[in-house]
Order: sequence, then structure tokens, then C-alpha cells
Amino acid sequence: MSPLDLLVAAPLAFMVAALVAGQGGRWLILAAGPVMLALSAWLVVLPPGVAHLVGDWDLPLGILLRADGVARLLVPATSACFVAVALYAWHEFSPKAGAETARAHTFWPMLYLMWGGSNAGYLTTDLFNLYVTIEMVSLAAVAMAAMGSLAAGLQYFLIALVGSLAYLLGVALLASHYDTVDATLLAVRARPDLPTLMAITVMTAGLLVKTALFPLHGWLPPAHAAAPAPASALLSAVVIKLGFVILLRLWFEAFAEIIRPAAMDLLGGMGALAILYGSVQAIRQERLKLLVAYSTVAQLGYLFLAFPLIANAQNPAEPWAAVLVHAVSHMLAKAAMFLAAGLMLKAVAGDRISDLAGLARAMPLSVTAFALAAISLAGLPPSGGFTAKFLLLHAAIEQGRVVPAAVLVIGGLLGAVYLFRPLSVAFSGSAAPAVRAEAPLRVAAPLALASLAIALGFAGMTLIELSSVAAPPAVAGPVQAEPGR
Amino acid sequence: MMLSAPLVLVLLPLIPAIISFALPERLAAWRNAANLVAATVKVGIVADLLRQVRGGVDLEWRYTFLPGHDFLLRVDTLALLFVSLSVFLWLVTTVYAIGYFGRGPNLARFFGFFNLCVLSATGVALSGTVVTFFLFYELLTLATWPLVVHNGDEKSLRAGRIYLAYTLAGSAAFLVGILWLKALVGSIEFTAPPDLSAVPPLTLTLIFVLCVGGLGVKAALFPLHGWLPTAMAAPAPVSALLHAVAVVKAGAFGIVRMIYDVYGIGTVAELGLGPPLAALAAFTILYGSLRAVMQDEIKTRLAYSTVSQVSYILLGASLIGPFAVIGGLVHLVHQGIMKITLFMCAGALANRLGIKAVTDLDGAGRLMPVTMAAFSIGALGMIGVPPVAGFISKWYLGIGGLQSDAAWVVAVLAGSSLLNAAYFLPMLYRAWLLPPPERAGFRELGTTRDRMLVLPAVVTAAAALAAGVFASSSFSPLTWAKLIAERGYLQ
Repeated sequence: MSPLDLLVAAPLAFMVAALVAGQGGRWLILAAGPVMLALSAWLVVLPPGVAHLVGDWDLPLGILLRADGVARLLVPATSACFVAVALYAWHEFSPKAGAETARAHTFWPMLYLMWGGSNAGYLTTDLFNLYVTIEMVSLAAVAMAAMGSLAAGLQYFLIALVGSLAYLLGVALLASHYDTVDATLLAVRARPDLPTLMAITVMTAGLLVKTALFPLHGWLPPAHAAAPAPASALLSAVVIKLGFVILLRLWFEAFAEIIRPAAMDLLGGMGALAILYGSVQAIRQERLKLLVAYSTVAQLGYLFLAFPLIANAQNPAEPWAAVLVHAVSHMLAKAAMFLAAGLMLKAVAGDRISDLAGLARAMPLSVTAFALAAISLAGLPPSGGFTAKFLLLHAAIEQGRVVPAAVLVIGGLLGAVYLFRPLSVAFSGSAAPAVRAEAPLRVAAPLALASLAIALGFAGMTLIELSSVAAPPAVAGPVQAEPGR
Repeated sequence: MMLSAPLVLVLLPLIPAIISFALPERLAAWRNAANLVAATVKVGIVADLLRQVRGGVDLEWRYTFLPGHDFLLRVDTLALLFVSLSVFLWLVTTVYAIGYFGRGPNLARFFGFFNLCVLSATGVALSGTVVTFFLFYELLTLATWPLVVHNGDEKSLRAGRIYLAYTLAGSAAFLVGILWLKALVGSIEFTAPPDLSAVPPLTLTLIFVLCVGGLGVKAALFPLHGWLPTAMAAPAPVSALLHAVAVVKAGAFGIVRMIYDVYGIGTVAELGLGPPLAALAAFTILYGSLRAVMQDEIKTRLAYSTVSQVSYILLGASLIGPFAVIGGLVHLVHQGIMKITLFMCAGALANRLGIKAVTDLDGAGRLMPVTMAAFSIGALGMIGVPPVAGFISKWYLGIGGLQSDAAWVVAVLAGSSLLNAAYFLPMLYRAWLLPPPERAGFRELGTTRDRMLVLPAVVTAAAALAAGVFASSSFSPLTWAKLIAERGYLQ
């Protein structure tokens, strides 16, 4: 047995248990939480280079699970998100909530399905296996999105289907061409010929749709804003990260030798536009959850803005760490923000930013969680978001790339603009609105996640070390001869 | 404890911050006690450090937070100048704030963020690397914002927006500047100035403009000063400590560090960056004073006066001569003590008599003689009347100007003093010589709360006077500024 297996198997077992348990499904988190957190901790402390062949079949037949930098950062963060969201959803999706009984039946199994799928996605290097994982995650995500709005859920379903099919087409092309779909083997075998390039193109396009990179983001804001708060949190924090992780595997591992700088720049450019467009849209929103959803569109841009910075770096370890730290911080902060927003909007029974007036006084803990998450999302110190943007800006300036540097700076400022707006409203007025007191247990979930996002800002060296397992290697050749530069 | 004294000094306000956030309103007395105890302990620590550092001890605490970027807290003479000022004024302002607010709303929040501001200001002072400085500088912005919007009315929220827009944009420019410099010359510690000889002068100039421009926002350097007058929407203790002292001083202090510890006097002189900065500072001095004359509201008038006075520090730093440096550094302390006196008095007048505009001041001296006496000392000091502290600053700056072949500095100082007189003397005239409106049975120091409101200003006014009268004693700000100049900048 290895934690690598268990991280995938355990959530699936809990999913089955949740299906069987029906109305009692929510109780399972009391067992699943400690188990998954312990497994995640185990994964983090595994010696570097640990890999595991499922069922002991060799490649290319077997499936390789690997504890690389991506997994070491994203698996624990994902577990933290799921545990916090589950604790928050404890009341929301309980049998007592009346009309929401049916949702309680769906929510808990879907949560575990998504959990297992995400973990499998972070751990595996097999491109077909990755297809299975995104289907698992998409299925659960569509079900959750449909809880808020059937129309948004349906749209999301169609988009997810198109994306998956495009990706599967690419996998099929590769399988017939190279007799393997394992990323580590493809890295050795891949040639820049037409079928390979076509495969890369359709797979990338499919994944970008799923990751909602501008201009393919249209489906995200309505779906994420309409869902119930715990579902929104998972959709925005966890689900879209998987497509990004697969893109990392494709672009920096399987086909690192083939992909041209121009393609990297194209992806980086789309990332830059996403940051600017998403931020401007977020500034224009009047509804809080739409603001948070557009913030996701913007924040995803940073993940792709980093692609050319990693590809062109003399020492890619830092931008590589930066992009993973950004993914993790965004995961924690965004989940915290959706949960805090959910608490506040429920308390005031509204959905507009202007409804938040005076909440800093009435709901200080929720507003604190929102504020801490906002600090990380806006890239202000001390926070994981700051560490990530600091490293990216550092890389951009070191490489003399003006455009990414400018976008990073402007994006940070725009982020502050849209994130401080709801906070400003919460601080307005001297009389506290009459809302029910905060339930300490529910507000603990966003508060813990947001605090983690802040705490990451103090652990920069550890995060860089963890992320360095199987990071893209430093550039060989004359450039490296002068490391002091 | 000695090993990590800098860390203790920075983190100490966290304790009262957490206590303030956590305690419910009915335990306000405990909260006040915690704040006062922490502020007093910190004064004690700093007093001990002053003694040690004067004896030549350097203390530091280092931690690598990202590759090539050390988080470094270091106690040196310049750091202690700023720290001593802020811990002394923190204690005074804590007493004042307790008296000022009494039992108002949102006080837990106020004292919590107030402590975080003090933490950031101490961090700014003790930062040993540029990146550490940036972290605390940005944290200061975040911790001040809730205090600016404290009242929650439309005016405060607008002030908060403007404040963030200016300061976040400023720190973004600063961040680009320091990362650019880091990419060229490696990490930058204040004690070991980087070797800039290989960097093209144009690049160095650009980076200097980015950094000083970014820091100039908080230092309220023209034309980046716009946030300061609007930020006066905040309650008086905030205006007093933060806007007169911590925030603007963080900017000015950063510029001093840039000139002396990052670029070094030699490089700044070589690049010819001193004169333009001195000219801008001089313009800000006159412009701020001129705008102050035109204001009718007392707090806004004081805010423009701050705009003007902080640039004295920058003028001294950019003239690059021994006397000018001493004048600039000593003004960092003197301006802080005098301006906080003025703001605390203005807050007391507004709180007790409802006086907000200059025209309301008629006869205030008769109703609140103690407050107005303190106010008068602060105002005369600002004008530069001996023996109040402000005179010492101006004297050293003037001589420094002559030393650096910039005789125009004397003219600027004279012009500014005249303008200072033009906006302070009418206030004193109204307060002391015009008859007050009828107010039966008004007693200035009636309750304990009244005393907590009025007496802190008396303490700082006395300090301003003492700093001038005993300027040559061994623990005066002037002597300390001379020590800094001797140890650091005049070799």
C-alpha cells in the first residue's frame, strides 16, 4: 500500500459509502477528513522521487502514480478545501433543510467523487488516465453547478463535454502514433510531426475550455455564481485547477522539447488578457458572487501568464514554484471567499454588494475571512498570493519582459480595486444591521482556509522545495555558465 | 531575549492587537490596560536598546523567506531614531485615544488595527533589506485602511478609496524598482550597499525615480500628496499618530534609506539626482504651506502643513551635506512630536467644544487654556521660533544648504517660516485674544477622560520644548542624529 493509491481509493470508497448512507452522508466527513488530511501529510513527507505503478504493471501498460511537486502542493491544498467546504456544507446539505433533501443526497457523493478525481489527476502521468479523472471531476462539477441553476448547469455540461471530447481525440491520436500515452515516455519519444502537433492543439484547446481561460471563459461566471456557496467554492477553487495541471504535464513534461516559444507566448498573452478582462469585469459587477467568479477568470490568467516565464527562465524552479504556489493560494483563498460570501449573503438575504453595508460590525469573522482571502488574491503581503506574484514579477523583470511585468503590476492593482469594494461597503455605516449571530463552526471554515492562504506567505522556502520535485530542469548550455548574473 | 530583540520589538504589538480584537466591548477596561501595558513595555525595550546601540552593539534577526531575499530586522542608529519616536508617540496616543473615544462604536477594531499599524511602522524602521522594508511598508497600508474608514460615512469611505489608490499604486512602482535593481545587482542590504558601478546611469536613474516616486506617495511629496488631506476624515488619534507620524515618516524614512543606504551619497551625486529631488522637496514645502494658508478647517490646514513639513526631511536628505543630513533626520523626530501635539489638540477642541474650523477658535484659549498652550508651543515650533525643536531643524537645514552651495535653501526656509506664521498666528490670535462664546460651567479637565484627552498633548509639547532647549544634551534627538551622521554617512 502506498499513500498514492489511497489518496485516490479512499475518496471513492467514501463516495460509495455516501451513496449507501443517503441522508446520513454528511457524517462521513468526520472519518474522511482526518483520513485524507493524514494521507496528504504523508504524501508531503515522502522522499522525493517516489513513484508507484498501480498493480505493478510496467509502463506503458501500467499506470504511474507519482509524488511530484505538483502533487505535493495541490493534494494537501485540495484536501484542506474539501474538508473546510464539507464542514461548511454540514448544515446546508442536511436532511433537516427541508426542500434541499434531494440535494443532500447528491452533494455528498459528488463531493467525494470530485475529491478522488482531483487527487488522481494530480498524481498520474498517464494521459488517458487523466481523461478519466477530468470526466470524474466534470461529472461531479456539473451536478453541483446544476444545484444552483439548471440552465447554467446544462451550459456547463455541454462545454465540459466538448472539452473532454477534444482532449480524448488528442489522446487517441497520440496512442495510435506512439503506442503510449504516458507523459514520461512521451517526453522521450515525441517528435514534432503533424499528428503530434494536431494532438497537442486539440488537447490544449479542450483543456483551455475546461479551465475557462479567456476568451473561453464565458460559461464560468454564471455557473460559479449561481451554485450554492459550497459548490461555488469547489467549482472555482478545485475543479478548474485540474485542466491547468494537465496542461502543465503536456507543455512542460510530455512535449517540452516540441513546443515552440511562440506557442508559449500565445498562451501567456491569453493569460494576460484574462487578467485584465476578468479584473475589469469584476470591477463592474454589482452582485457579490459574480464579482468573485470574475475574479476567478482573472486569477486563472496568472497561471498561464507564467507559462512563457517558466519556459524562458534560466532557472525555471522559481517561476515553476510561483505558478504552483499561485494555484494553491488561489484554491484556498477563493474557496474561503466563496464561503464567506455565502455566509454574508445568506445573513442579509440579498446578493448585491450594497447589501453588505455594516457587516464588518455585525459579522466580523466572516468579513475577516473575506478580507484575508482578498489580501491573498490581490497579491498583497504577507500571503501565498503575494509570494507567487512576487516570484513571477521577479522572473519577468529578470528576463526583461515588460508586458508580463506590467500586467502583473496592473492586475494586482485592479485586484485591489475590485476586492476592496465589497470590504469598503462592509465597513460603511456606524449602525450594525440586525442579522443573526455568526455560527462559529460555519465561519471557521472560510477563516481557516483564508488563514492558510496567508500562512503560505511565510513558508516560501518550503513551498519552493516541495514544488521542485520533477520541476522543469534548468537550461543547459552556455547561459548557465554564469550563474551569478 | 537579547538575541531576538528586534523581533520582539516588532511582534510585541501583536499581543494587544489580538487582545483588542478578541475582547468583547464590556471588557473595554481590560483592553485599554493591555494596550497601555504593551506600549509601556515597548518604551522600556527601546530605552534599553538605545543604551546598547550607543555603546556600539548591532542586533539583527535574519530569516530567508525566498531564495535570495532575506527577511532581516536590524537595530541600527537610524532605525532607532524612528523607533524611539514611534514608541514614545504610540504610548502617548494610546492614552489619548482612550480619552478621545470613551465608549464609542467599533473600538475593538480600532485598537486592533492601531496595533497592527504600530507593528508595521516598527518593522519599517527595523528593516535591514529593501524587500523587508517593502513588506512592512505594504502592511502599513493595509493596516491603516480600516482606520481611515473607521467612521463608516461616505466621506471616510471616499478617503479610504483615495488612500488605497495612491498608496497601492506607489508601492507597486516601488516593488518594480526594487526587483529591477535586484535583478541587476543581487539582493540589497542596507548595511552593505550594492555595487552599482556596472549598471548604466539611465537605468539607475529610472529605478531611483520608481522607488522615490513610490515612497514619495506616503511621504506626501508633491504631486503625490493628494491622499493626505482627504485622509483627515479619520478620527483624530489616527490623524495624529498615523498621518502626522507613522505613514508619512515611513515614506520619508524609505527615501532616506534609498539615498544613503542603497544608492549611497556618491552614486546619487554622480547621477545628479540630489538637486532635482531637493528642488521638488523645496517646492512641496512652499506649496504645502501655501495651501495650508487657504484652508479653513483646522485638520485640513494641519494636513497641508504636514505635506510641507515632511519635505524638510527630504530636503535635508537630498542636499547631501553633513548639516543638511542632521537637519533632515532631526526633523523626522521634531516634526513628529510637534505635529502630533497639534493634531491631538485639534482633536480635543473638536471633541470637547465642537471646534472644527479656524473661525470657531475665538476664545478657545480661555475655555481650554492647557490645550491651547500645548497647541501654541507646537505651532511656534512649526514656525521655527526658538527654543522650540523646530528651530533646531531649520537652523541645521539652513547651514546645510549653505554648505552644499545651495543658498536658495535659506530663502525657501524663510519663505516657509513666513507662511507657517501666516497660518498659525491667526489661530493663536483668535484663541487667546478674542472673547469666547458663552459656555456656562465648562471645565477643561473635569473628568479622567478629559484629562486623558488633554494631557498627552501637554507631554508632547513639553517634549518638543525639551528637544529644543536641551538639544545639546546626550540623549536629545539632535545628538542622536549627529551620531547617525557620524557613524553612517560622513565617512
